[in-house]
Amino acid sequence: MDTKKSDFIWMAGGPQGSGVDSSANIFARACCYGGLHVYGKREYSSNIKGLHSYFQIRVSTEKVEAMVDRVDLLCTFDAESVVRHIWEVTPGGGIICDTGVLETKIFSIPTLPPSFLEEFRKNLDEKGLHPETVNDLLSELKKNDVRIYAVPYLEMLKEIGKEVGEEQLSKLTRMINVLTLGVSFGLVNYDKKNVEKAINNIFGKKPSIVSMNLLAFNKAYDHAREKFGDTGFKLNTIKTDEERIFLQGTQAVALGKLAGGCRIQAYYPITPAADESEYLEEKQVLENGGAIIVMQTEDEIAAITMATGAALTGVRSATSTSGPGFSLMVEGLGWAGINEVPVVINYYQRGAPATGLPTRHGQDDLRFAIHASHGEFPRIVLCSGDIEECFYDAAQAFNYAERYQTPVIHLIDKALANSNMSCKMLDPRLVIIERGELLNEADISGKNYRRFDFTDTGISPRLPIGTPGAVFWNTGDEHSETGHITEEPMMRTRMLEKRMKKLDTADREIPLGEKIKFFGDEDAPAIIVSWGSPKGAILEAMEMLKNDGYRTGFLQVRMPHPLPKEYITKVLGKTSKKIDIEGNYSGQLAGIIREKTGILMDYFVLKWNGRPMSSDEVYNALLRILQNKAQVRQVLNGGS
Amino acid sequence: MALKIADYKTQVFNDWCPGCGNFGILTSLQMALVDMQLAPSRVAIFSGIGCHAKIPHFMNTYGIHTLHGRALPFAIGAKLADPGLEVIVHGGDGDGLGIGAGHFVNTGRRNMDMTYIIHDNGVYGLTKGQPSPTLKLGVKTKANPKPNINEGINPIALALATGYTFIARSYCYDVAHLKETIKKAINHKGMALVIVQQCCPTYNDINTKDWYGGEDRKDPATGKPVPRLYKLEDTGYDGVVRKPEEALVKTAAAFAKAYEWGDRIPTGVFYQNELVSTYQERISQRIADYLKMPPAKQVIADREGKSATSITRLLEELKVT
Repeated sequence: MDTKKSDFIWMAGGPQGSGVDSSANIFARACCYGGLHVYGKREYSSNIKGLHSYFQIRVSTEKVEAMVDRVDLLCTFDAESVVRHIWEVTPGGGIICDTGVLETKIFSIPTLPPSFLEEFRKNLDEKGLHPETVNDLLSELKKNDVRIYAVPYLEMLKEIGKEVGEEQLSKLTRMINVLTLGVSFGLVNYDKKNVEKAINNIFGKKPSIVSMNLLAFNKAYDHAREKFGDTGFKLNTIKTDEERIFLQGTQAVALGKLAGGCRIQAYYPITPAADESEYLEEKQVLENGGAIIVMQTEDEIAAITMATGAALTGVRSATSTSGPGFSLMVEGLGWAGINEVPVVINYYQRGAPATGLPTRHGQDDLRFAIHASHGEFPRIVLCSGDIEECFYDAAQAFNYAERYQTPVIHLIDKALANSNMSCKMLDPRLVIIERGELLNEADISGKNYRRFDFTDTGISPRLPIGTPGAVFWNTGDEHSETGHITEEPMMRTRMLEKRMKKLDTADREIPLGEKIKFFGDEDAPAIIVSWGSPKGAILEAMEMLKNDGYRTGFLQVRMPHPLPKEYITKVLGKTSKKIDIEGNYSGQLAGIIREKTGILMDYFVLKWNGRPMSSDEVYNALLRILQNKAQVRQVLNGGS
Repeated sequence: MALKIADYKTQVFNDWCPGCGNFGILTSLQMALVDMQLAPSRVAIFSGIGCHAKIPHFMNTYGIHTLHGRALPFAIGAKLADPGLEVIVHGGDGDGLGIGAGHFVNTGRRNMDMTYIIHDNGVYGLTKGQPSPTLKLGVKTKANPKPNINEGINPIALALATGYTFIARSYCYDVAHLKETIKKAINHKGMALVIVQQCCPTYNDINTKDWYGGEDRKDPATGKPVPRLYKLEDTGYDGVVRKPEEALVKTAAAFAKAYEWGDRIPTGVFYQNELVSTYQERISQRIADYLKMPPAKQVIADREGKSATSITRLLEELKVT
């Protein structure tokens, strides 16, 4: 069974800096305005200008939360994009390209790396093809029922330039992206009004740019209608009463943090986390009073220690980073742990270790998030599986941090950070603020306040520094109830135990529903376990399998630490096929489950090539397992 | 009732070595706070790691003993969230200028309204006397097997280059001068740095009390020692910038003074410029009610625990249907 045929998959590819992102944003918005749902995946290189990037958008009549392994309409800005994505175009699909690239020699494209070309040539040899130019390649594809829409970008731009009195070619070529949009929408005969509205939204701040882009769009649209006519694709608008927004993961996190009361954010620029901080800074003054301060620090060590210093005053504060940054933060994390400071770290994973794949996806850091720091202290790790969860979890993380007075790591990944999608309006009324045992001046009046008093729950009532009528001490050394240094064995034993007790308290108090989500049948013969962004692909694959007659269940672990082990033991104990799916080499979650429950997963579906999992590849891997044709370990390698 | 020195003391046993220069810093700080009558619960003292870093435990104020080299960012976070706090940061020379050098530099750029006191003794005391970043090239203190192979950082010159708007030096055994210098630093509008030449009687046998006092070079006429330390204010030096156009000239003058070392070591205020905007003022430019409603004082939930933050406008911007 295939992923939904009725969905339309559009892809824009071009050199970085050529407007791939804005064209994709316009495309997606235009679809949203027409009542359609979109899911967009952004892939880019660690480079400012020139290297390849692409944006793939899935358009559907229903909500979609994963990508599939095909492209219906490939919209290219340059020769490289044609070559890179050519085999992804589905039979019956089409490729839009510039007539100017047709004579480009494939093996002379300088930005295509040798390893790609080697692989590409092997692929051609297997197919018995020997194309020299892009045109040769496209001609071969026509046999595959793929249509080629070659458009003279340059001539069109010159015409537009004449009309608007702009002769500078460099200014005009910035509109190639809008030309390709015009052709795209012309080919699918989509309602122009929605696209014009989207162009206005994206370029709205500069009226002259808007009008020039509208002109370019219309010209290209009309050209496509005239020259190519109907193409077999038709994108129809549909009516919807649902209130929807279109956003990317980093925005969802930022909004969740604002609603959750975060008022200090300290960060150091890093991909893909920085988008969140920039959005927060742009929107820092809040509409009903107050503001969030976004501090760009000198490094991630300063980021976490500043956030922690701020948290001492009682403010909800956070830092946002990716793997390399978190590595630097680790000593600070331990300080927050031993001093029982609520601080939130929004941790966007990417391919690792070291610099790894700086702009690419990865789920390599689950174990690191759980274990980072020397010594032992309680922490809570919360993993979002989709963009909506990113919003609610970002707010909820502060509740856990304050209730248990300890660092909370909110694990996100690049696939969530840089994907964008339409979803129903978020509901800030669902955001509840729980500040835990937070004292004020009146509470401590006349009392001898001790910051680290022993209690049954391990939680010592907290007082913001600066509160009149008291003082207390913090230290990174082991300390007594007063917060002064101690090296006494008995105090050490008790104080460390007090801190660790908070993890038991959290484990006991946090409802199961906040720690896991279960989809499908608990008594299915195959149960999938996963965390983070594979969720969307897994849910879609399960739907496809259901249509094939297979019953599956999916246990989404949202809180891997403390792990809800009783429930996991109960569910996994009943099933004959236990399947772990995650985006790393070693099956980190499976390892944690084995450690905590003794249960060994039967199958592993793993991926670490820097690309998110698609519904198709998850489906295929699961099908092999269900048909008893799978190895214990399957490694996925999809995505370009 | 007026606050007395006892109000700033704790019962914690002080385990600095006998004769440690830190005692003078502690006393001067307590005396400064008494003079200024700053309520203990309004004051937050941050420190790094090392001998200096125990100082908050001896001060009856909010005391935050942080990580090696990281006192500044912790303190900045607190000051940012609650600008009403009187934040005083202590650092060591290794702590603040070695492992924490990046924070030292970037703190200058921000010009937060805080005070930073560096206890400079030229050695890493708590790890038994290794050379610190301020020890001069070729100097061999007693715990070191070889003379120092690195040149010393000049913290005053570095502070000038990075934007500190109050830069002073004082001496741990001149409690009166140090107390007044700390008061000036606290009163300064902007980021204040006080370098305290602090003797480590256990590990630094070169820059000792006798050395600073000139006991090794007595005036043949009077038989009295000729101290190495002198006070800038006694020479008519004035490092205060009163008009914007003076800033460069006074920076250059302070720079020259910063490189005096050896036979004559200046103390006092090298440079002060309150004409530079503070970080708090810069934020207030962006967030009009920042000082009235700083992050630590904002109400984030109603009585039922519902979020008090409206994000309606932001969601509206993202709306597509």
